[in-house]
Order: sequence, then C-alpha cells, then structure tokens
Amino acid sequence: MGHGFKATREGVSVHLDTAEASVLRSLVASMVLDVVEPGETGDDPLERALRIGPATEPTDPVLARLFPSAYADDDAASAEFRRYTEGDLRDAKRADALTLIETAAGGKVTLTPEQAQAWLRALNDLRLVLGVRLEVTEEIHEEIAEMGDDDPRYPAFVTYDWLTYLQDTLVQALW
Amino acid sequence: MTIVWNDPVNLMSYVTYVFQSVFGYAREKAEKLMLDVHHKGRAVVSSGTREEMERDVQTLHSYGLWATLQKDG
Repeated sequence: MGHGFKATREGVSVHLDTAEASVLRSLVASMVLDVVEPGETGDDPLERALRIGPATEPTDPVLARLFPSAYADDDAASAEFRRYTEGDLRDAKRADALTLIETAAGGKVTLTPEQAQAWLRALNDLRLVLGVRLEVTEEIHEEIAEMGDDDPRYPAFVTYDWLTYLQDTLVQALW
Repeated sequence: MTIVWNDPVNLMSYVTYVFQSVFGYAREKAEKLMLDVHHKGRAVVSSGTREEMERDVQTLHSYGLWATLQKDG
C-alpha cells in the first residue's frame, strides 16, 4: 500500500500490487455495488418509462448519506426531487464502481480523463460507505496513531486511510 | 441557493476540486468556499433558479457531497 497517483504524459497513473488491485476491486464490489442497487422503478409502465423512483429517504444511514434529501426544510419537495433523480444517481454510482473494477489491475494503471473522474467518485463513494459504518471523525489520523494493531477496528481503519491516500493523490494528479 | 454541509469523510482537496470542476470556479474561490464549509459547517456555493439549483444539487450528490437547496433569505 505504498504508491499513489502521479500525473504522466499519458494521463494519471498509479502502480498497484496485484494484492492491492484485488482488495480494491473487492471493496468496491461489496461496499458500493452490493449496497447501491440499480435505479429502482415501480410496477407502473409509465413510471418505469419516466424512470420515477422511490420518494422516501432511505432508512439505512449509509444510503441516506449517499442519497441525501435535497431540501433540508421541505419534505414534499424532497420527495418529488428524489422520485425523479435517485434512480439516475444510483445508476451513475454503479457505472463509476464498474469502471473502477474493470480498470483496477496489478501493475501500472493509466486512466483516461473519463476513467479518472469515475475513480474519483467511486473512491469517494467507497470512503463514504466505510466512513459511515466506522463512524469516522475528522480526527481519524490521531485515532489510528493511538490505536493498537490488535484493535479489532484497526484493519478497517488502515484500509480507509489507504483509500484516503489514493483519492487525495488522484486529486493532486488531476490538478 | 445551493448549500454544501461539512462532513468528516470528504477530503478538503477533493471538495475544492469538485467546486472547481462543477462550477468552473477559480482555485482561490473554490478553496475559500471549502474552508467556509469546513470551519462554519456549511457554505452557499451557488445561487440561481430552482431548476438550476436542483441540477447543481444532483451533480454534487453524484460526487458524494452533502448538498441541499433552499430559497434565498
């Protein structure tokens, strides 16, 4: 877990070990693809054609974070907004996750501009899912530093930290 | 107007980058907005018609930012 993204003439690139690439693909598959189901549509053919989805905020805190209510003070407007946007948003997040899974391989990975944007969003979605589950705070670095490696939370926290590093180096390489 | 709220996961670099690419803001303006979100808990990042704001919120949600919209005032 040593290398970050660099800007090269061919595009942004990163060197991943075979094991790192495998861990990354597996995390995105289990934490993003398995959690974010395809854009849900009702039984009504017209609603399906118009891609009208659910109106209520998800009860799962992870999904509530990925698909927040658009209006902080207007439930009816939030419901209407959600019906017309959540399906597309789910499909977009799944497409980003699939792009990462298809391009993350051991060795040198060089991304096109479109793939780099997909990685950026997919890494962020993955960190959001993990972050909500681990209840991370802004003091995560201090927490990890004080945490013993026999702490049951340690593997998940260092994985989160590695993903943070990958995402941050990707942002720097794209600037 | 569109509001972005602070959260412990989104990186300061990433949030700045998203403000630059979504709104076309200069780095300085994007960084100032990011710091407002970080220190004050929220910042108004764009304003316009309801349709424009709904589009901005949807785009920010696709990047995983915690964005909401509300009427001016």
